[in-house]
Amino acid sequence: MSNLVSENVNMIFKSLKGETVHALKDVSFTLKKGELLTVLGPSGCGKTTLLNIAAGFLRPTSGSINLGGKEINGPGVERGMVFQQGALFEWLTVNENVNFGLRMKKEDPIKTAEKVEEWLDIVGLKGFGNTPTYQLSGGMQQRVALARCLINDPDLILMDEPLGALDALTREKMQSLVLKIWKETGKTIILITHSVEEALLLGERLYVMAPRPGRIHKEYKLPFATMGLNGDLREIKNNKDFVTKREEILSMIWNMEEEIMGKDI
Amino acid sequence: MFTGFLTFFIIFAVIGSILYGRRLIKTEKSDAVFGNPERAKGGVHWVIVGTSFLILSWLYYSWDIAKSFYPKSANELCQVAKVNESLLSLKYLFPIVERQHKSTAIIKRENKNIEKKIAIIQNDTNLKNQDKELFINILRKTKLMIPTLTNERYLEDNTQIIINNLTGRINLLMAEFPTDAYPKLSWVQQNEINEGLENQLGWGATGMEVPPLPESKRGLKFHAAAAELNSISDEFFEIRNHNPEYLRQSQEIFAEIRQYMDALGDGRELDYIKDIKKLVRRIEYASIFPPNTLNELEKSIIAFDDVQNNEQGNLKIVDTLLFPAGTIVASGPQCSEAGPGRWLPKPSDTFRIFGNLLKPSVGYKMIPMLWYEMMGVNKIVGFILPDWIADILPGKYPVHKQNGTVDPNFKSKVLDIVTGEFKAFKIPVPAGHIWDSFLRVFLGLSLGIILGVPLGLFMGLNRFAKGFFDPLVELYRPVPPLAWAPLVITVFGIDNVGKVFLLFMVSFSIMIISARAGASGTQLSKIHAAHSLGASRWQILREVIFPNSLPEILTGIRVAVGMCWGTLVAAEFLAGTTGIGFVENVARKYMQYEVIWITIFVMGMLGLLFDVTIRKIIVKTIPWRGKG
Repeated sequence: MSNLVSENVNMIFKSLKGETVHALKDVSFTLKKGELLTVLGPSGCGKTTLLNIAAGFLRPTSGSINLGGKEINGPGVERGMVFQQGALFEWLTVNENVNFGLRMKKEDPIKTAEKVEEWLDIVGLKGFGNTPTYQLSGGMQQRVALARCLINDPDLILMDEPLGALDALTREKMQSLVLKIWKETGKTIILITHSVEEALLLGERLYVMAPRPGRIHKEYKLPFATMGLNGDLREIKNNKDFVTKREEILSMIWNMEEEIMGKDI
Repeated sequence: MFTGFLTFFIIFAVIGSILYGRRLIKTEKSDAVFGNPERAKGGVHWVIVGTSFLILSWLYYSWDIAKSFYPKSANELCQVAKVNESLLSLKYLFPIVERQHKSTAIIKRENKNIEKKIAIIQNDTNLKNQDKELFINILRKTKLMIPTLTNERYLEDNTQIIINNLTGRINLLMAEFPTDAYPKLSWVQQNEINEGLENQLGWGATGMEVPPLPESKRGLKFHAAAAELNSISDEFFEIRNHNPEYLRQSQEIFAEIRQYMDALGDGRELDYIKDIKKLVRRIEYASIFPPNTLNELEKSIIAFDDVQNNEQGNLKIVDTLLFPAGTIVASGPQCSEAGPGRWLPKPSDTFRIFGNLLKPSVGYKMIPMLWYEMMGVNKIVGFILPDWIADILPGKYPVHKQNGTVDPNFKSKVLDIVTGEFKAFKIPVPAGHIWDSFLRVFLGLSLGIILGVPLGLFMGLNRFAKGFFDPLVELYRPVPPLAWAPLVITVFGIDNVGKVFLLFMVSFSIMIISARAGASGTQLSKIHAAHSLGASRWQILREVIFPNSLPEILTGIRVAVGMCWGTLVAAEFLAGTTGIGFVENVARKYMQYEVIWITIFVMGMLGLLFDVTIRKIIVKTIPWRGKG
């Protein structure tokens, strides 16, 4: 039983000038073990704030998020995080980046090395162990970031627009990789994205969030991730259901954006 | 010799490089248009030309080319200078370098002075009319003395004979001067010169001065002529054109003055009387001659000047071409280099002196530039280990016994070790001026890094630390380090401690600022990542924030090294007994231009060495810089 339960999470930021921003309002959801949740929304809807609260980098103004019945209070190894730019330690090699977590825990170096080999194989970076990370391409850097997070065997993986900075082709490959890892490890994953297609394709469940205040606007349960595990991702994208859903969500987000712009004027 | 070879080599290198450059342009790709930055790439041959140009300028303007190709020229020019100097006082008599005859100028000046005095006396209301008349009368008489000097009628035969005699001597010199037989020296004179030459060192051997005694046949000619001309001009200036008529008038004037004084009777001398006497005396001592008396002498001097100019021959060309921006002749009989040859040392001399300085047995002020000395290991141990190690051991130091002996115990043996009082083998350690300077920079910089980096990182991460230490650092940092130097050196002493502390101050603030910038510039996502990977605070500091700040820290070190180096040299100027700055300061006092330039060069090279080393370290340590 290591479900992720969010109860009435509120997040209010106060600037020094006294302006308040209601970043999250009464966000409640439950995520079962092994589920893949994608979160979509226009910019400023509190997606990243939600993720940071889940990771323990931020404390909510009220409410709480529990993982496996324990309230999240600060960052922890049981919740791994993958960032948009990888956030790799560029002064280290691929190996040193991947085994960072285990090194910090001072685990047996021989076992660690075996594990690193294993994970580099899974993410498709076999033989790149001694390459300095600053020499890697964007896609490879994200693979390293994935391996670095997964080697710690976290219960929950939080992905903050992990594929946002990649080109279309690499992105597609990485999407397959994320699905593959999800299937093979059975981890609970929350993935934040800007791309409607990616959200539909990867999410078993999908939350569309709305801004001002940030809240969950609509929830979908989707079959595409399961389909994608076996089939060709491009085929799914042409699936009729997929196309309708995509258009529906796109127009939803467009409306939100217009609402904001209208308010501003 | 070496310089001559080098000069030719450089000229060939320049010509070769230019030819190569021209050929390269012809074979270049057709898309090499103006504005294409590709065209600035390469070009070692132009580097050769640039370097050659620098070296050639140095060789030329330091007069080393002249020294190399015409080693006797300076000495000969010096003899020419002697002749010029001797001729000059005679030339001043005539409108050769001046506009007027000296007699004419003096007459004009003295007439004016007398008129002025008359006017002043006439306008003086405090003076009795009787006195006024008397004074003016005397002055008028004084003025009338001049014609007795300028009238050929009064010129004494004796004076004329002396002048003719001197003219004859110049004419004789003029006739003999160009001949090979000149000068005919007496045995004693020749011996004197030979003896002097034996002790005389070559040009540049004694610093900047040119050897004064003539070393060549031509030089000897000028040297002898200068002596003869000196004797002629001395004799001429002893001539006083005091003919009987002049003397009579002069006596009259002085008699009148004395009469007036006697009438006053109190022995006081009025200011006017003093002034009048002065005017009379000036005419007495001025060499005033009748207008045509010196004509023959003038002609002879002009003719001789031409002859000696001719006799200089190619020396004049050498002087003009190879002694740029100055000339030895200008220094007169002092025989020093009046121009860049004086302050711009000749490469040949500089390398010779540098080679000398580098000899450990010579060095500078009894200390070698860079060498080693044997030091006992015990001294090093005694320096490193603090003495209190022995103090904190249990027990007491031994007390002497009744028979006057002292038995050492464990505690006293430990004390011997920590104070370095034991026998040990010796090892070589570096020593010398350069090493001392280097060590000071190294120690000051290391202290600054060891203390500044952690504090800087702390200040970049912690609000309290930033606020608490900021005033301290920001108040002392903007003060130029040299402004602290007098205080620091007074408090900590002129030896190493003061200087190391000053350098510590310099590097400390730089390291704090750079480490702080590095720490506060760490990407939040990296720290978040490290947190989720389970790193503790200390681990994040050591494994993430520190390596992430390394580029800033290393850049800071690079800046600090430069600053420390500059400050150190200036601090060594202020006080101290060793170090490269000390050497330069002492050389300045003794005007040892070569040593000054050597120290400048050494400092530049060491500064470059530091910078290159740190640049290499930067490339090796932080290859990810700018690629993260």
